Amino acid sequence: MTTTIYRARRILTMNPARPEATHVAVRDGRILGAGTAEELAGWGAATLDERFADKVLMPGLVEGHSHASEGTFWRYVYLGRFDRMDPEGKVWPGADSIDAVIAGMKRAEATLGGLDTPLTGWGLDPIYYGERRVTRRDFDAVSSARAIGVMHASGHILNVNSRALELAGLLRPGINHPGVPLGADGLPTGELKGPDAMTLVGHHVGFDREVLANDEPGLRRFARLCVRKGVTTATDLANLLPQDAVAMMLRVTGESTFPVRIVSLRRFQAMSPQEVVERAVELRRQSSDRLRLGAVKAFADGSIQGFSARLRWPGYYNGAPNGLWYTPPEVLREVYRHALEHDVLVHTHTNGDEATEMALDCLEAALKAAPSRDHRFTLQHCQLADAAQFRRMARLGMCVNLFPNHHFYWGDQHYATTVGPERAERMNACATALASGVPLAIHSDAPVTPLGPLFTAWCAVNRRTASGRTLGTHERISVADALRTITLGAAYTLKLDGEVGSIECGKRADFAVLNDDPLAIGAENLKDVGIWGTVQGGRVFAAGDA
Amino acid sequence: MSRLPLPVTVIGGYLGAGKTTLVNHLLRQAAGRRLAVLVNDFGALPIDAALIEGRDGEVLSLAGGCVCCSYGSDLVGALLDLPSRVLGIDHVLLETSGVALPGAVAATLSLLAGYRLDAVVVLADAETTATRATDLYMADTIVRQFAAADLVLLNKIDLASAAALDAARRTIAEAAPRARIVEVARSAAPIDVVLGMARAPAAPSVALSTPGHVDAATLYDWLRVEVPPGEDLAGLAERLVDPTLGILRAKGLLADRTGRPHALHIVGARWHLDDAPADARPGDLVAIGLRGRLDAAAVRRSLVKAST
Ligand SMILES: [Zn+2]
Repeated sequence: MTTTIYRARRILTMNPARPEATHVAVRDGRILGAGTAEELAGWGAATLDERFADKVLMPGLVEGHSHASEGTFWRYVYLGRFDRMDPEGKVWPGADSIDAVIAGMKRAEATLGGLDTPLTGWGLDPIYYGERRVTRRDFDAVSSARAIGVMHASGHILNVNSRALELAGLLRPGINHPGVPLGADGLPTGELKGPDAMTLVGHHVGFDREVLANDEPGLRRFARLCVRKGVTTATDLANLLPQDAVAMMLRVTGESTFPVRIVSLRRFQAMSPQEVVERAVELRRQSSDRLRLGAVKAFADGSIQGFSARLRWPGYYNGAPNGLWYTPPEVLREVYRHALEHDVLVHTHTNGDEATEMALDCLEAALKAAPSRDHRFTLQHCQLADAAQFRRMARLGMCVNLFPNHHFYWGDQHYATTVGPERAERMNACATALASGVPLAIHSDAPVTPLGPLFTAWCAVNRRTASGRTLGTHERISVADALRTITLGAAYTLKLDGEVGSIECGKRADFAVLNDDPLAIGAENLKDVGIWGTVQGGRVFAAGDA
Repeated sequence: MSRLPLPVTVIGGYLGAGKTTLVNHLLRQAAGRRLAVLVNDFGALPIDAALIEGRDGEVLSLAGGCVCCSYGSDLVGALLDLPSRVLGIDHVLLETSGVALPGAVAATLSLLAGYRLDAVVVLADAETTATRATDLYMADTIVRQFAAADLVLLNKIDLASAAALDAARRTIAEAAPRARIVEVARSAAPIDVVLGMARAPAAPSVALSTPGHVDAATLYDWLRVEVPPGEDLAGLAERLVDPTLGILRAKGLLADRTGRPHALHIVGARWHLDDAPADARPGDLVAIGLRGRLDAAAVRRSLVKAST
């Protein structure tokens, strides 16, 4: 029974009784205590480990809404607008023009072998390059013989070249589909919107459904990225979790060097409400320390920038028709009721405020049928909720996980096009959530935006958009609140706050090891806090070794 | 030789409207047609147990060589996989989720070379349609579902009050002015009306003409007409979909001006021309309509006008 005491420059515990410490003692992967060297001496013989003497320790960061497919996407070529770090620590430069995107594609294309191998990219976001759409002609300049496909950052649009359209049988006149815009020549432009059009061409350009569903190397790379971002617990929020994927995930996360706790939620799809809850209970029994199963993810609507979110009156600012329901209220209510009866946690994707209202109605009804004191049902994204809805969430015992990263990347679009200035300012209302007493988490939705809770915290604290506008000053939260939100806050929404999220006696020895002090660096610079690595379950993981 | 695209009937409608009942009803009437049923989920077991012969993961094998697969959120994937799974399928029934927009599903079919949309059939529960159409959350979804329909099956007319039935009729007429409306109980619409005639043009299958078959014999009528070769087939189709003719469904094997045979499929206001099977002998058209509404004289007049 060995005890290690780490000395650090500063330890931010998130334990209000002793918010700071200089030493933390670890035994059997758990925290014996945090305090001074003298206070910890009472635990008996211990090794003093000085390697973090100039570091700042925080509780291991908790990402409450991400997808392990972030690790899978890094097998493709990153072509986004902003610099982004891959799991190996290489920073891929952002492309500041379509020409720069094409240049990046040409470099990648030159490294590929036979023409049967498609060129696959991701992260494209043409909204930053003005009005012009990207077309198949742009990509044909990279190669007209090799199939090329590049996924947009939002995940809702795929741009392809002529060869890819040809392989999918779409390079023909007479197509009449809202997701396949046509050019002046009557042929598809190469832009494919929505899952149906994307799936049809996706497998010709390297987005293979099977790979995305059960990707062992992707899971390992996701974990490496977590270490680089100080994350020790990360959600994989919408997995179908077939038994072979569960077996793979149990095996990989069970390896002694696997550095992160994965919380994977079963996506509600292709099952009845009763069946999905039964499956969740079955999955819960298979959980291990580093693979937590047994919660369910449901979807109420689509996305705001894809105009598929459900908005209340007066709807979209640009007059687009209202979005789509993904689950009808009768069904969502049944999911909730069965889940409440079996203590199964449900997180629900709502983007538009009408979807949020519907989910609140459903939970209110389900709670009458199956009263539950501590369900912690969580609304995910919930970007457009207004103050009255946050008050209802509080009454119903709900949590919320808001999406400040979205505010940075697409806030300008929401201001100008989707919901207009007034509602754009209230989007992702972190301050209102806290003031209403709704337990709050904030997220990246990686790979939609980059994994990195400290960046997400920066977004929530500053509410800056990509163009530099501060959108919704009154919804900014303090650095202290943001740091609590990316640790204990997210842990609470996963019912893990008794285990992780703070540095105090009895909890898991999960730490984010930082080069800079997030409380001293200044709100403006929170995203630039240097991250050395993590300690997870008492095991030390340096980002540089990952 | 390229195979003809597989016809797909999109079956839409809100929860409880009777989509699953219709699918089972059609499977029981299949009588030699091999149907592939795609359902959104296997939730509450969508197929009557008596029809199921086996289950292999996501595929149920059914009586008479039919199959049923669930597609979850990946409809395109399921349609791409279908030919490799089952050969010899004649027709696909695509049951959408209760909140899906069948028009969007139909548009997706247009992207897939191996399939053609046969019809969008939307079910409506006579008891609840009018209420749903003013529902806080679902009103616009319900209306958009009807708007995409070629054929609306106004279902459960045996259960609905006269007032509810009347309100449902008004709702549908307003939301779906171009759709043909057929009133049914227990989703019991004849397979030849919903899916078209399997083999034409001789006569519709027995379900329509057997005496004693209440729904069919008393509610529907059919007629067979000869169509001489040399016809402008598109022009003819346009005239036949005129709602005053009362045609719900028609199928013809017709020769165009060059003498080449084509198959003409009509459902309500929608028509489609296919290449005819190689052994086809063109010259006949069979039309089905509601008894009392199918105007045989008008149908014949529309042919005469054509040949002069
Ligand atoms: Zn997500």
